[in-house]
Amino acid sequence: MQIQVKNLNYIYSEGMPYESIALTDISFEIKKGEFVGIIGHTGSGKSTLIQHLNGLLKPKSGSILIDGTDIAEKNVKMHDIRRKIGLVFQYPEYQLFEETVHKDVAFGPLNLGLTQEEADERVKKAIIMVGLNYEEIAERSPFELSGGQKRRVAIAGVIAMEPEILILDEPTAGLDPKAHQDILRMVEKIHSLTSNTIILVSHNMGDISKLSDKVLVLDRGRLVLDGTPADVFCQADYLESLGLGLPPSAYLMRELKKRGVPVSDNILNIEGAEEELYRILSKPI
Amino acid sequence: MIRDITLGQYYPGSSWIHKLDARIKIIWTFVYIVSLFLIKDFWGFVTVLITLTLFISNSKVPLNFILKGLKPIFLIIIFTFVINMFMTKGTPIIEIGFLTITKEGLRNAFFMGTRLTLLIIGSSLLTLVTKPVTLTDGIEKLLSPGQKIGLPSHELAMMMTIALRFIPTLLEETDKIMKAQMARGADFESGNIMKRAKSLIPLLVPLFISAFRIAQDLAMAMESRCYRGGGHRTRMHGMRLEKRDGAAIFLMVLYLVIIITQAQGIFTLLPGIIH
Repeated sequence: MQIQVKNLNYIYSEGMPYESIALTDISFEIKKGEFVGIIGHTGSGKSTLIQHLNGLLKPKSGSILIDGTDIAEKNVKMHDIRRKIGLVFQYPEYQLFEETVHKDVAFGPLNLGLTQEEADERVKKAIIMVGLNYEEIAERSPFELSGGQKRRVAIAGVIAMEPEILILDEPTAGLDPKAHQDILRMVEKIHSLTSNTIILVSHNMGDISKLSDKVLVLDRGRLVLDGTPADVFCQADYLESLGLGLPPSAYLMRELKKRGVPVSDNILNIEGAEEELYRILSKPI
Repeated sequence: MIRDITLGQYYPGSSWIHKLDARIKIIWTFVYIVSLFLIKDFWGFVTVLITLTLFISNSKVPLNFILKGLKPIFLIIIFTFVINMFMTKGTPIIEIGFLTITKEGLRNAFFMGTRLTLLIIGSSLLTLVTKPVTLTDGIEKLLSPGQKIGLPSHELAMMMTIALRFIPTLLEETDKIMKAQMARGADFESGNIMKRAKSLIPLLVPLFISAFRIAQDLAMAMESRCYRGGGHRTRMHGMRLEKRDGAAIFLMVLYLVIIITQAQGIFTLLPGIIH
């Protein structure tokens, strides 16, 4: 599953007095199995972009090729695209509606035309995949669960469709630190188990730098940076001018450097920072 | 898709119609609606149409923007038209099986259809050129004499403000939930009526929950700022009538006189008086 976006443009409420340009001339490529992080200030077009990737929004111009097929074309079956590309929206727990967790997770698979038995099996797999206890939770109402559990159920609802590309829009927004870590570990696990492409939208630079193979940075509807985390996060001043920041460990290294400690510039995660500090400290003075 | 609904929306602008006092605009709209039911003949409609055109062109709101707002009501208009066409008794023109189209029916259907269309365009113009908050302020002011007989005018106006304020929010919420369910393979567009009604459940349940959550948050926010209703509240922007409001009142009286004279058929009486 390869994604190619070429010269994508999109305008909201075109022709209305409050029209606004949402995306301008966006082009990038995502290879199969890559973990891609998308960062950008609020209103930079992240959500608009990912809604294009599974055909919920139609581009004003430009093309989106999924394995060579342009999904912006009219004769493409949306059903097939949504089967291949799963999109988890922000605050997905607000879309829960069924009486039981099991039924809610089964909604997607049944819409794909699977039989009840196949769906049941997938539901079970998906609920376990998101780290919940199936026996305990399946017959409960989704509305009586905790915030973190609701979110996992909602994510399971998309995973149960077994998409080849999974897109998550700020899956950790509004969660406490523990639930945040749990969700991230779950995403990591899904990536390593299925080796599917994952696209993660986040405001947390630490998470992005830790998980991604590739980072896309959006600013006011334009793609301004596209590269490995190391490429992107070495441009500290530029990122800050966009209202973004660095992973915490990169900040630590920057502060140390300012105070005259000879540390390396491109440290992005805690493991790297630990190693670098060992290296510095074990040097004979 | 859902953003296209313009009914009850505000179209930002700075025309003199936008600036008119909300009370005047409300009374004008009321007079306009009443006039639609006073007129009986073709010339009456011409008067109304000229007046409406005058207002629309002066308000600088694009015509196609207004017409877009008609789309959701289109079915109702067609329905009224058809019912009137077949259900009125009179001299028959065409007979198809048990259905008869009469001359009177056709006339009625045409008048009712036009009336309804003009009614919706006229009243949506009011919300298009008036900010929701100013609009409800106007309603509150107009209803305030009723306070003496126990009419809770402030509370009514507040309820209306809140309802108007949340139309776009709920539309946005609907759009979001719809997209989320579509991403899970939900299909809102195909199938027969039963299937379509059923397909709305995944949309309506979360929407209701959202609506209650929003309402509760709002109630909390209002209470935490010590809101306790109408008594002794003053406003930051008082309402004062300007010259243009006087002009609008003059136009309104003129319009009313023309409509009533036409309805009374005084023009047809005129030759008799001259004799």
